Amino acid sequence: MHEATQPELYGMMAEFLDAGDLVAAARAVKKAGYRHFDAFTPAPIEALQEAMELEHTEVPLCTLIGGICGGTVAFWLEYWISKVNFPINVGGRPLNSWPAFIPVTFELTILFAALTAAFGMFALNGLPRLYHPVFNVPRFSRVTSDGFFLCIEAKDARFDRAGTRTFLESLRPREVTDVVP
Amino acid sequence: MADSSNHPPAHGSGATAVATPPPGPTVIGPGHDFETVSKAISEIVLTRRTPLGWVFGFAIAFLFMMIFLGAATYLFLKGVGIWGIDIPVAWGFAIVNFVWWIGIGHAGTLISAILLLLHQKWRMSISRFAEAMTLFAVACAGMFPLLHMGRPWLFYWLFPYPSTMMVWPQFRSPLVWDVFAVSTYATVSLVFWYVGLVPDVATLRDRAKTDFGRKFYGVLCLGWRGSARHWARYEMAALLLAGLATPLVVSVHTVVSFDFAVAIVPGWHTTIFPPYFVAGAIYSGFAMVLTLAIPLRAAYRLEDFVTIWHLDVMAKVMLTTGLVLAYGYGCEAFYSWYSADTFERYMMWNRMFGPYAAAYWALIASNIAIPQLLWFKKVRTNIPMLFFVSLVINTGMWLERYVIVITSLHRDFLVSSWGRYAPTVWDWAVFTGTIGLFLTLFMLFIRFLPMISIVEMRTLLPQSKVTEHEAQEA
Repeated sequence: MHEATQPELYGMMAEFLDAGDLVAAARAVKKAGYRHFDAFTPAPIEALQEAMELEHTEVPLCTLIGGICGGTVAFWLEYWISKVNFPINVGGRPLNSWPAFIPVTFELTILFAALTAAFGMFALNGLPRLYHPVFNVPRFSRVTSDGFFLCIEAKDARFDRAGTRTFLESLRPREVTDVVP
Repeated sequence: MADSSNHPPAHGSGATAVATPPPGPTVIGPGHDFETVSKAISEIVLTRRTPLGWVFGFAIAFLFMMIFLGAATYLFLKGVGIWGIDIPVAWGFAIVNFVWWIGIGHAGTLISAILLLLHQKWRMSISRFAEAMTLFAVACAGMFPLLHMGRPWLFYWLFPYPSTMMVWPQFRSPLVWDVFAVSTYATVSLVFWYVGLVPDVATLRDRAKTDFGRKFYGVLCLGWRGSARHWARYEMAALLLAGLATPLVVSVHTVVSFDFAVAIVPGWHTTIFPPYFVAGAIYSGFAMVLTLAIPLRAAYRLEDFVTIWHLDVMAKVMLTTGLVLAYGYGCEAFYSWYSADTFERYMMWNRMFGPYAAAYWALIASNIAIPQLLWFKKVRTNIPMLFFVSLVINTGMWLERYVIVITSLHRDFLVSSWGRYAPTVWDWAVFTGTIGLFLTLFMLFIRFLPMISIVEMRTLLPQSKVTEHEAQEA
């Protein structure tokens, strides 16, 4: 970072030959104390999520909250319409005929939960984001076919141009590339 | 990873760990890796010139869709009187077709959601186009209640909004439940389908040959970059969506069956309806998946992904749900006799031997008798035979809804209010027109989007597996 002649970096990207090497690398990077790094793969790799210690409770929580809101809103709406705002006496049956309100309550619970699951996931992932520095790596388009990548970001406290490059090169990558922002 | 430097570039250590394919049925043809799978599926969309067969198929589908457009336009001009509906049969084709289409949709959700939760690997190659089938079938289904309204431009009256008329939908009515069930189903199916598409569309973006293609698919995939942190949330969201879609799909056809079962009309007022409607929906849906999959795999040489084993398994699912359905028919007949209710007994007799007897026996033949051929492995693995049986089941399921709707309504309690129903040419035009709409949408889908989930095919390959041994080595 202190060499004024070199451009600012987003980070440093290493490409690996296969998922096994990438998982091993991710484990090593984590062990070395890096925090701001990410791996990129063509398909979800279970072992990689374990290696990076990714635990996600946000999406399920969003979904739960969405579902509760949907169910509550639906039942409240039906109750308020049928009992308060527009009561109709049908053969002396109770105005709050709650069993009849269950199907709509159920459907809206599912609807709200599903929408929060999907859009919550995209929002937490910061998508849509059409431009991202990692796309500057020439071979990065392989990530949607058979490329396995790992990027250590420059904002990481331990990041250091020479040191990080040497470290990444010790992990048996195919190649290591600078990522310009 | 002590030995990783010795790996030849083409084979990952994961691949060498599982060098020999496991014995037993195959969910994917031999010799595939990430690259070949991505290439085979994305090339259908990207590089090949539009095949002549596609143009021909699209032209026919489009022609039928124009019939739909014409019929709907005339309907808007004249009103629902151009259809064969009248008192006592006020439902007619519109509801028959609505239930038929919505039932077809159910197999897509079953394949993509329920079988995902059950870890059925064979679902992976058929889930994408089965989901597309769901969406388009629900779109066709939605046409019928809208057109049947008479004044379709006022459809929004069905939703609870604070209107100046100061009235609200009647939430105790199954028809209002239906509005919520079907619109939720359509929305959730669309979202589920789109979430599944995002990483595959990213593959198309990176492989697109034209600048427009890169931009189009780039925007559509929201800038997906395959981040491990994204995949973790993505997989969780997909699992949750599957978990939510599972009770949803069961509820949708249950609510559709409530449209009938909550009424007191003979033949409708029965508790067997919800389970037997759901079974019938899955039955007809699988028949439609086969009807679409068999020509597709031949036309696009997808035999490696949709193997003969897939077809065999789908045939078994049809056989099973068909038996559940047969049990439903049996129960219906038994309970109308056992109820000792004059009207119920007459309804069943009339259904079997009345003016619509031909439809009833055709339905029994095509939904119960002919599908028994699927007991034989020779039939299940004989592609023309399987295609024939799936077409027969599609027809049979349509006849089932026809028989349920028409025979119950045309002779109910009062002999003085009996009547007959016959569809007019406009009924047929709208019905065949929606088949055109369905096929048009489907043809566009297979031309512009990957019809098999590339990501899911990748997860079937040893390349995506990292063995315990390798993980320990780190």
